[in-house]
Amino acid sequence: MSNPKELRYSKEHEWLSAAADGVSTVGITEHAANALGDVVFVQLPEVGDTVTAGETCGELESTKSVSDLYAPVTGEVVEANQDVVDDPSLVNSAPFEGGWLFKVRISAEPGDLMSADEYTALTTGS
Amino acid sequence: MSNAPRLTALDALHRSLGATMTDFAGWDMPLRYGSERDEHNAVRTKAGLFDLSHMGEIAVTGPEAAKLLDYALVGNMGSIGVGRARYTMICQADGGILDDLIVYRLEDQAYMVVANASNAQVVLDALTERQAGFDAEVRDDRDAYALLAVQGPHSPAILKAVTDADLDGLKYYAGLPGTVAGVPALIARTGYTGEDGFELFLKPEHAETVWQALTEAGQEYGLVPAGLSCRDTLRLEAGMPLYGHELSTSLTPFDAGLGRVVKFEKEGDFVGREALTAAAERAEQNPPRKLVGLIAEGRRVPRAEMQVVADGEVIGSITSGAPSPTLGKPIAMAYVDAAHAEAGTKGVGVDIRGTHEPYEVVALPFYKRQK
Repeated sequence: MSNPKELRYSKEHEWLSAAADGVSTVGITEHAANALGDVVFVQLPEVGDTVTAGETCGELESTKSVSDLYAPVTGEVVEANQDVVDDPSLVNSAPFEGGWLFKVRISAEPGDLMSADEYTALTTGS
Repeated sequence: MSNAPRLTALDALHRSLGATMTDFAGWDMPLRYGSERDEHNAVRTKAGLFDLSHMGEIAVTGPEAAKLLDYALVGNMGSIGVGRARYTMICQADGGILDDLIVYRLEDQAYMVVANASNAQVVLDALTERQAGFDAEVRDDRDAYALLAVQGPHSPAILKAVTDADLDGLKYYAGLPGTVAGVPALIARTGYTGEDGFELFLKPEHAETVWQALTEAGQEYGLVPAGLSCRDTLRLEAGMPLYGHELSTSLTPFDAGLGRVVKFEKEGDFVGREALTAAAERAEQNPPRKLVGLIAEGRRVPRAEMQVVADGEVIGSITSGAPSPTLGKPIAMAYVDAAHAEAGTKGVGVDIRGTHEPYEVVALPFYKRQK
């Protein structure tokens, strides 16, 4: 499993794309998707919602458990991925691509977002 | 005792298959190898191979083995034919369930009791204590066996490829000694998935040989390794109780809707007889709560200990819940007040993190295989 270099990562296992016109895409990492197992339900923030870095903004339900979805940055949600709502297995099959969760217009970001290398080190314990 | 998890004889093999492992009753067990939903569907439509070596085997032997078990357990163990098995329970004097068990009669004077991993010590202690005065021996055989299960509609064909045993003559809930992949095994037609299938008790040092042989024989039938995660959703769909969820020391078999396992007509006293007689009457006349099935109308998944509600009142609680791969909807088992336990009862919901999600009350099981 490799974490794309162009993304940044939160300690709650979300990824964040580089901003284009101030808007970034958010998803959960492959590591997180594997830990969850088959995702069967996702509840995403709605377009227009304000999300706050480090706070919950939705949930991901898998066979064994439910997990909170944390916002990696603060900002306004401008798009939610309806495809992943309709087919939550996209989170497992394509966590960094078709399984993205929402797009956010960033107003503030925390100082502890990680690079791909830092995140890989965190999740492999090396 | 050390806190290091116990490993089955197949531990290295599971890791080589990329299994996600989980702690289960002190054992490090495979939770899933890939997608648990795919494993679940494979068992329903083809076949799955499980390592269940955490289950606890206890041998009960001797001239009064049957008498001891009739006293210690709630069922009629003396009436089991040699080569047959029975689902039963062991209760406290107050009728509370200590564990649910499968008991195999291997010989006239030799039984094997199979307990849940989490209760194996409790069952062993209870049997040892209850053994006093009987000409019978209770022996801890937990380390003597590895347990593999091949489950699913293709399991007879797969097992036939590696054994000469008469599988066609082996009925559901029967067991016979045989040879599998060249090694001795007790072959039982039992399982916990709601499908046809077999459980193979063998020496731990033979586990890998048999696992590999079954894997090879199963290739053309779509056999996949299957973990405890799908075992849980399979048994839930089949309406089978799990100790610690549907069964506990604070419930009698009658409370759990399983009063049929208690055989009052058997000879002699048995532990719990008096309390269970009262429990049977209570369940008949004034049942406190009943075990029901719930099917979600929405997609949020009920989990154990969530509250079941109706008209703003708490009417019960979830014991097990999961997304059902077969139904494509979340399902649960729950104890609910008798007034709301009838299939089709309207207005029942589950409080899922503050939201009352609508649920349909149904009779168990959710899934029954076509024979």
